[in-house]
Amino acid sequence: MRDVDVAIIGGGPAGLAAALGAKKAGADKVLVIERDRELGGILNQCIHNGFGLHTFKEELTGPEYSARFIKEVLSGDIETSLGTMVLELGSDRVLKAVSASGIQEIRAKAVVLSMGCRERPRGALNIPGSRPSGIMTAGTAQKFVNIDGLMPGREAVILGSGDIGLIMARRLALEGAHVAAVAELMPHSSGLKRNIVQCLDDFGIPLMLSHTVVGIFGKDRLEGVSIAQVDSSLRPVPGTEKLFPCDTLLLSVGLIPENELSKMAGVKLSPDTGGPIVNESFETSAPGVFACGNALHVHDLVDFVSEEAQEAGENAAAYAFGEAFSGSSAEVVPGNGVRYVMPFSINPKKVKNNMTLRLRVTAEKRNAALVVKMDGEQVLKRKKMVFAPGEMETISLSGELFAKRPNISRIEVSLEDK
Amino acid sequence: MLDVIVIGAGIVGCAVARELSKRKLDILVLEKGFDVASGATKANSGIVHAGYDALPGTKKAVMNVRGQRMFDKLSKELGFPFSRCGSLVLGFGENDRRELEELNRRGRINGLSDIAILGREEILALEPGVGDSVTDALLAPSGGVVSPYEMCIALADNAALNGVKFALATVVTGISQDGDGYRVQTNNGEYLAKVVVNAAGVHSGEISEMAGGEKNAIQPRRGEYCLLDQEEGGLVSRVLFQVPGKMGKGVLVAPTADGNVLIGPTSKDIDDGDDTSTTREGLAEALEKASRSLKRLPRNKIITSFAGVRAHHKSDDFVIEESGKGFVNLMGIESPGLSAAPAIGEAAAEIVCGILQPEENSEFCPNLEPFPKFRESSWEERQRLIEKDPDFGNVICRCEKVTKAEILNALRNPIGAVSLDAVKRRTRTGMGRCQSGFCMMKLVGIVSEELGKSPLEATKHGGGSWILSGPIKEALL
Ligand SMILES: Cc1cc2nc3c(=O)[nH]c(=O)nc-3n(C[C@H](O)[C@H](O)[C@H](O)COP(=O)(O)OP(=O)(O)OC[C@H]3O[C@@H](n4cnc5c(N)ncnc54)[C@H](O)[C@@H]3O)c2cc1C
Ligand SMILES: Cc1cc2nc3c(=O)[nH]c(=O)nc-3n(C[C@H](O)[C@H](O)[C@H](O)COP(=O)(O)OP(=O)(O)OC[C@H]3O[C@@H](n4cnc5c(N)ncnc54)[C@H](O)[C@@H]3O)c2cc1C
Repeated sequence: MRDVDVAIIGGGPAGLAAALGAKKAGADKVLVIERDRELGGILNQCIHNGFGLHTFKEELTGPEYSARFIKEVLSGDIETSLGTMVLELGSDRVLKAVSASGIQEIRAKAVVLSMGCRERPRGALNIPGSRPSGIMTAGTAQKFVNIDGLMPGREAVILGSGDIGLIMARRLALEGAHVAAVAELMPHSSGLKRNIVQCLDDFGIPLMLSHTVVGIFGKDRLEGVSIAQVDSSLRPVPGTEKLFPCDTLLLSVGLIPENELSKMAGVKLSPDTGGPIVNESFETSAPGVFACGNALHVHDLVDFVSEEAQEAGENAAAYAFGEAFSGSSAEVVPGNGVRYVMPFSINPKKVKNNMTLRLRVTAEKRNAALVVKMDGEQVLKRKKMVFAPGEMETISLSGELFAKRPNISRIEVSLEDK
Repeated sequence: MLDVIVIGAGIVGCAVARELSKRKLDILVLEKGFDVASGATKANSGIVHAGYDALPGTKKAVMNVRGQRMFDKLSKELGFPFSRCGSLVLGFGENDRRELEELNRRGRINGLSDIAILGREEILALEPGVGDSVTDALLAPSGGVVSPYEMCIALADNAALNGVKFALATVVTGISQDGDGYRVQTNNGEYLAKVVVNAAGVHSGEISEMAGGEKNAIQPRRGEYCLLDQEEGGLVSRVLFQVPGKMGKGVLVAPTADGNVLIGPTSKDIDDGDDTSTTREGLAEALEKASRSLKRLPRNKIITSFAGVRAHHKSDDFVIEESGKGFVNLMGIESPGLSAAPAIGEAAAEIVCGILQPEENSEFCPNLEPFPKFRESSWEERQRLIEKDPDFGNVICRCEKVTKAEILNALRNPIGAVSLDAVKRRTRTGMGRCQSGFCMMKLVGIVSEELGKSPLEATKHGGGSWILSGPIKEALL
């Protein structure tokens, strides 16, 4: 058994920023545990550009973005343990990890959960049909193409308009494959607008909204899929099925925060985000266990991951020094038109300069405004042309608002007509 | 000339082959799939039936009870996952009560003395999750669950170690009598044998026809399933059947030997015995019917669905007989065929030995050396394993916690895996909640390296089920 101040599980952008945050806040022994052979997480396979616009005001590729953080971590007296997978985490913050050199047991004063997320598989959709090869998640295909330089097929259909699916549509097209269509169940895309323009429109790939795959054909290799329109309750409309011959079906139908370890530690999860329920300091329901990045909630932009994770790391260090994060808090609730708001509670006394709320809306809405109410009193209204579920919204509340209301009990965010 | 050719390496063919390997015989198993357990054996409910269902006196009844009693010993010798968790047939009201009493009566005639009818309170004490409309149930403590493909692979591995030869990817296309034996034609050449055992499952009718048997003896009947995440493993702890009633044959909700929950099967006659597609209607029907058995059916925890095809014989019973001289037919081995397989193996071996009168094989070894499973090992054992072989410290499948050492072992076994699905059935790699989204790339790497092939030759289940089409453009330069 060895002791550390802050143990960080996962060395993706979230874990890296959390490590830097913890170190800056003065933690002595900071350990990043990563199961892969390299730091950087999912960014290692995201060789397209578009990362870091907010943080560095530059368009970087995924590996370039993470390289900046990795360099800082490696030169910053932070210990990293690669090829090491954490298998157990207790509420006492003792964790067990495995690597080729054996089992390690580590006791941490504070823990940061930054395990990222995983993709929903075919089974989660229960798509009927045969079970040939040629069906994989978009992220798996991305790994094959960008890391191994191998193509998953030549004639593709993509189900789901998540960002990875959109990026892969373009990637396959650039490699000479034909992408017949992207089918999306909902009447709106779940990806970023800019990805729809740059990855589909620019390559003439049709986006079929309110459509889904209802049949899969082929015994050995995929030979085709059948796509049908869905009605307002998302049920396929009989008679609208159309056969698309293809050898590849990529699934980009949602990401699920990775939280097996969180559950073991007794961390309460939210059914809305799939990640831990955290307070303003990113502390979960298990004292001393903090969460950030895609393990907390699925992000579209890595810049926000880094921002959030740095804070989580700082707070983890503070906890290791003895600061407590409990105390009376206001609950933060999603109102009309809002799917979730991060964080789930705010202790006004812990708010420093200002407080960032991140949220997603439930459905696309035009000419609307986000309204924040503190104990029923409207304190902020932000108008925008279009709100879409695919884009995470950020609201910054000034510290003053909280300083003036040290005893509020409820903060509500809703989407209203302008 | 070979002594025996067994056609089909499903649970029946492999049970026969292993049983015959106890004698001094030259045995070859021909299997058209790229792995053993490629047919119904890999897609069924995995239930070891107690034996109250089949009509007394039928081969189904006799073989079922005899076979299920052999599982404890077999699973110890061969190390496949098996648990005698017990089963309940659920009744929903007065009419069903009568049906349960009939099953109780049949079970007792079939030789089961420990079955009993329970009332709702007693059921709830055993299975608190059962649905509100459940009124009575028949409890069979000797019912159980098994991993059917792991059992089949273990039988095959053991048979191979005891001298049986296997020819995979070998399709039998014709059979003719040749002197005192048979000439068996395949896509990979001809074989001669004194005795032929037909264990070709849903295709056993066609094989029998090749040897002069009657036409269309087998009706393929498909069953569809949904499988739930291990997270819901606590939903049921015994197999929950439903009394066959007005709504037709019910579906079951059962724990699997590996801790998931299985829901199904439906039942539909089809023409193509190889058509294991699932359908929207079938999956919906399975879930709809199962929702009667449970208070809560977590549809959002489905991780995969699949289908298997039953080989229904028009006699409605198993056929286990020497139909022509030296030609042994094992046909119509539908449910409870898995439960009966060890007994069918013995019965078929007895017929073959009656014909060939072989000597005992004094070198026969009934055991398979168990290979450690990281998932099931204690922390101390894990540390020791890694010290011996660092590959035990390299977790490839994160959902099921399968290490590289176990994957390499699967590739090096007597019946070595040659495809991703074959590795999956031996190790559970890719069977968890992410369904190989995370580890597929690593797996392709390990499999192709170990087999000395290019990743482009890796397949999902052999044949044309390639995974990668070629290098990207840059890589072509
Ligand atoms: C395909 C794709 C395209 C994207 N495109 C953009 C874009 O254009 N611009 C942009 O700004 N953002 C983009 N993003 C979003 C952004 O990259 C992600 O939100 C960000 O990478 C999340 O970081 P993370 O650290 O939370 O997760 P990850 O990067 O997934 O890192 C988690 C790490 O934890 C490790 N880990 C998990 N469990 C364990 C364990 N038990 N033990 C040890 N280690 C463990 C994993 O191996 C992994 O390395 C994209 C994301 C994806 C997937
Ligand atoms: C939906 C369903 C649910 C079931 N549930 C249960 C249950 O819960 N409990 C139970 O006891 N039983 C159950 N069964 C029955 C059980 O699965 C079968 O009885 C058993 O698997 C049959 O084994 P087999 O070896 O005869 O057939 P198979 O496993 O189908 O093996 C036959 C083999 O022959 C090969 N073959 C076919 N034709 C040729 C050829 N021309 N040349 C070479 N090889 C050939 C095939 O590829 C195949 O591998 C179920 C069956 C189904 C379909």
